[in-house]
Amino acid sequence: MTARTNEPERYYNYAYLDEQTKRMIRRAILKALAIPGYQAPFGSREMPVPYGWGTGGIQLTAAIIGPDDVYKCIDQGADDTTNAVSIRRFFAQVADVATTEDTAAATIIQTRHRIPEQGLTEGQVLVFQVPQPEPLRGLEARETETRAMHAYEEYGLQYVSLYESVATYGRIASTVGYPTMIDERYLMSPSPIPKFDNPKLDDNPAILLFGAGREKRIYAVPPYTRVRSLDFDDYPFETQTWEEDCALCGATESYLDEVVLDDSGERMFVCSDSSFCSDRRAAGHAGSMAGHQLATLDKAPA
Amino acid sequence: MTMATIERSPAQTAAGMGQESPLLRVSNLSKWYGHVVGCRDVSFELRAGEVLGIVGESGSGKTTLLNVISGRLPPTSGVVEFDASRFGLTDIYGLNEPDRRRMQREDWGFVHQNPRDGLRMRVSGGANVAEPLMNLGNRHYGKMRQATLEWLNRVELDTGRIDDKPRNFSGGMQQRIQVARNLIHGPRLVFMDEPTGGLDVSVQARLLDLLRELVRDLGLAVIIVTHDMAVARLMADRLIVMKSGYVVETGLTDQVLDDPQHPYSQLLVSSVLQI
Repeated sequence: MTARTNEPERYYNYAYLDEQTKRMIRRAILKALAIPGYQAPFGSREMPVPYGWGTGGIQLTAAIIGPDDVYKCIDQGADDTTNAVSIRRFFAQVADVATTEDTAAATIIQTRHRIPEQGLTEGQVLVFQVPQPEPLRGLEARETETRAMHAYEEYGLQYVSLYESVATYGRIASTVGYPTMIDERYLMSPSPIPKFDNPKLDDNPAILLFGAGREKRIYAVPPYTRVRSLDFDDYPFETQTWEEDCALCGATESYLDEVVLDDSGERMFVCSDSSFCSDRRAAGHAGSMAGHQLATLDKAPA
Repeated sequence: MTMATIERSPAQTAAGMGQESPLLRVSNLSKWYGHVVGCRDVSFELRAGEVLGIVGESGSGKTTLLNVISGRLPPTSGVVEFDASRFGLTDIYGLNEPDRRRMQREDWGFVHQNPRDGLRMRVSGGANVAEPLMNLGNRHYGKMRQATLEWLNRVELDTGRIDDKPRNFSGGMQQRIQVARNLIHGPRLVFMDEPTGGLDVSVQARLLDLLRELVRDLGLAVIIVTHDMAVARLMADRLIVMKSGYVVETGLTDQVLDDPQHPYSQLLVSSVLQI
């Protein structure tokens, strides 16, 4: 990238946040990495998007990003959804970084709802946007009490939600935000990723950072950390499976979205990870509906 | 002005009790809310399997005393010692917080007057009953389900309604769920704060009957707070009569109710309505 004439001024407030704020967030990130799964408080700032649109993730990214980074942003696995496109443009503008849709080429990947299908590598950072960092909140409304539960490792309550699920559905039916135990110490909400992605958290070579802007919490899973999904002895943890393959690329092992095509019940299943799907198609894989117009959509410029 | 506590001789109060160490020992316990008194200079001992009633008018410090003893409200002065299964006889406020919470989970139960305070209203009755097991580390759904069904049976609830939410049960049934929830993990001491308050008399009678049976069967020690003399007569072995934060009279239930010595106890007993 060519240096701009006003470089010193621009870089005073590089990546939207002022330097003091970024230092504060970096300190919180270091705390979070030092105690895997612990929710470190931080002074969340007003961001140019509303709470719930990824303010936590954006602040994390702003604190760690540098001009040499390559940035990827996905929402529901896709690079081309409104929110992902907007946040990617935001950082391209305020941080002068290169952007990409290629998972392997990215150094920072901001995400919500998914972990990319392609395995991450050492040196990559995955930034999650978290709407509710406290996995116990649905059962215990008092923050003082949930903090004590984390401090004293009293996690029996989380199993009440699993019990309810088995009692109601005959299996552990919760599919997103499935509670995990980090390094056998801290209970952690993996943010609303499908439980299909929970196994990817375990022993991951990348740094996983989680930010909740409204709740003002940052937590992290350092590389190669043990992440266990909670379950019962007689109802072990299971991920979702599909009877269909991806209609565009024929992938059998990926997380599929159901797309309704018309009002007569016609539908198709496609990979939710758009980058993964287009890479496979480029490599010559084809599904039952290969060439469908949906496939052309992700060619649109971001 | 001093209010002397009328106390019977130890031979009378500790009828049939040996000299083994107490399950709970309360010494010179006082609780002040600023200038307002909660309870003053309360001392007593409780042995395993004993049911102690705390009676008195409203505002006399019964609930304050119960909260202080049960580790929910630190006293202004005085000591509460409990013979915890992990630590032996220890000052409960001397324990660090995780140990105290663990002791409360493992050895105690607390039945609230209002089942809404003691139950999680957003999860099913069955999950409410099974929660103490999960808190103690049980991770086998089938076994917990079985234990829950057994306990619903014991408290005479329809086991077919195990997955109903507490709000869909009547007040008396909610109270039974709360009782099951507080007994399933095999506590050694159960605190009850007006467990039959707010229930109609026939439901009250059945619940009392059930409680009495369970307490006798399990050999539980119970501290029960009530303003209802009938509840005290039915449940308690021993009574503490409180007034203005003081214990004004203690003794065996029948002695206190049949032959009250303190003027306030006499008033209390004589004001019970007769039909």
